[in-house]
Amino acid sequence: MKILVCISKTPDTTAKIAFTDNNTKFAADGVQWIINPYDEWYALIRAVEFKEKDPSTIIHLVNVGLAENDPVIRKALALGGDEAIRINYDGKDPFAVASQIANIAKEGGYDLILTGKETIDYNSSSIGGMIAAILDMAFISHAIKLDINGNIATAVREIEGGEETDEALLPLIVSCQKGMAEQRIPNMKGIMGARTKPLKVVEPAAVDEYTSIASFEMPPAKAGVKLIPADNPAELVRLLHEEARVI
Amino acid sequence: MVLVYIDQADGQIKKSSFEVACYGAALAQQLSTEACGIIIGNTSEDLSNFGNYGLKKVYSVKDASFNNLDPQMYIAAISGLAEKISANVIVLSNNTTGKAVAPGLSVKMKAGLVVGAVALPDLSNGFSVKKSVFSGKAFAHIKINTETKIISLNQNSYAVTKTDAKAEVEDYSANGGTPKIKVVKTDKVKGEIPLSEASIVVSGGRGLKGPENWGLITELAHLLGAATACSRPVADLGWRPHHEHVGQTGLAIAPNLYIAVGISGAIQHLAGVNRSKVIVVINKDPEAPFFKAADYGIVGDIFEVMPKIIDAVKNLKGL
Ligand SMILES: Cc1cc2nc3c(=O)[nH]c(=O)nc-3n(C[C@H](O)[C@H](O)[C@H](O)COP(=O)(O)OP(=O)(O)OC[C@H]3O[C@@H](n4cnc5c(N)ncnc54)[C@H](O)[C@@H]3O)c2cc1C
Repeated sequence: MKILVCISKTPDTTAKIAFTDNNTKFAADGVQWIINPYDEWYALIRAVEFKEKDPSTIIHLVNVGLAENDPVIRKALALGGDEAIRINYDGKDPFAVASQIANIAKEGGYDLILTGKETIDYNSSSIGGMIAAILDMAFISHAIKLDINGNIATAVREIEGGEETDEALLPLIVSCQKGMAEQRIPNMKGIMGARTKPLKVVEPAAVDEYTSIASFEMPPAKAGVKLIPADNPAELVRLLHEEARVI
Repeated sequence: MVLVYIDQADGQIKKSSFEVACYGAALAQQLSTEACGIIIGNTSEDLSNFGNYGLKKVYSVKDASFNNLDPQMYIAAISGLAEKISANVIVLSNNTTGKAVAPGLSVKMKAGLVVGAVALPDLSNGFSVKKSVFSGKAFAHIKINTETKIISLNQNSYAVTKTDAKAEVEDYSANGGTPKIKVVKTDKVKGEIPLSEASIVVSGGRGLKGPENWGLITELAHLLGAATACSRPVADLGWRPHHEHVGQTGLAIAPNLYIAVGISGAIQHLAGVNRSKVIVVINKDPEAPFFKAADYGIVGDIFEVMPKIIDAVKNLKGL
């Protein structure tokens, strides 16, 4: 089985969110970058688990971005994966990014393409579904479990108020979320090995951008908390009913 | 024309569908046009009632081959109708169906997509949609530069209003092509309110000490008609099921009322809940960071405070 795992670089979950250039750019100074948690914890680790079961499995990682992304790609390679491809493209539009990955995927002949359910910065959860539509592949979104048996995939996805079990033939694209795999940390062997694994850089194709970011905005600050004495919780219930009118 | 996708499950219209209908209708007004809906799958509900929410007409796709969600089939049906009625904006809810369908629809229709919209577009300079980014820590204004546009609306971000109008209902037969996905089974937790649709959420953290104390959370939730949620360690420890985990790496929610019990308010937790309209925090530590994000708070011990809150709610409800 040949697997392609899409890896995105995001600010650390504790990074301060602020904007510069008249609120048009994310203030990246001093920000720690990580592998998007959904890509790492669920998509990549599930692929690694498949390879542990069947060592003939080949895992490629793909990232869309500039050379500054290389350390994060090496971190991903330390967790697993045989080689990585970085598409040297700096766009933010989901369709453009998906088109770049689809170009690579088309040539690679992958049986399975895994993505995280969304990135924790732009939260667009679009890439998997878009690649599927571009390449006319089957797509299962927001899966919490995935098993492969021969060329049949069984996935469980979360739906409102429950779960749904789906079956599909490979090739297939799955976006992954919690439940898919157990989080791990890279070991020394992985970290050493990652240094010499191939990281191929390919130049981007000419693609359309459907959207652009005009500006950012911070949410309004909260007015401040109204504290209610611990010996009078009934007052809280009264305020929620009469003042906030939410119960 | 604005086309709204009306989502249902087991014949029941999802709550978010009324919200997207109202949003679509308001958007149509902005664009001096009309809004129609498409519903895929059988339902016994009276679809003309979507007139109440501003839709002029509802197209109903009843073909049994659509009974389960296969994204590419839904994409074919929705884009087919959109073309037929010349819809140039399509609105879906950013729920589990919307997430599966919207990206492919964007490709199929060569239409720019904004996922997680929280307000009507600004038309003063092109077509720009405000959306939630950085897991609720900020917003971005995204400009859609294509002729056709797709908006996937975050749940609980647009007010539902009703009139007495009725919508015309028309059967529409769509060709979804050959299925690629087979749904083998669905398991629903009976009687539980889906977290993403709930207007009130009662959530517990490690401060509850153990799963044996969750009665304090579930009883209050039950009284308020609320869904239950939890912090990440609580799900990781197996005290509560994973689908209740909210936050940056769990579900992001925006209920009208979020009651956080024994949760410290770590930045990753806040990311998933800070779009809630009213936040109540109950924590014994006055320095707990959650108080900074809260509207109401009680500094006190859960095991003393919660039973009193439950009693007061019972009083309020006349129980
Ligand atoms: C990459 C990453 C992603 C993460 N994603 C998420 C996420 O999505 N969601 C999430 O929730 N967390 C997430 N976390 C974890 C997060 O950092 C916190 O560790 C977690 O939210 C803490 O959970 P908690 O508040 O339940 O527990 P604690 O931090 O242990 O807080 C318990 C609170 O209960 C209070 N308390 C204790 N006893 C009582 C009592 N008797 N009465 C009243 N109050 C009491 C304490 O004062 C304390 O404030 C993430 C972390 C990382 C590194």
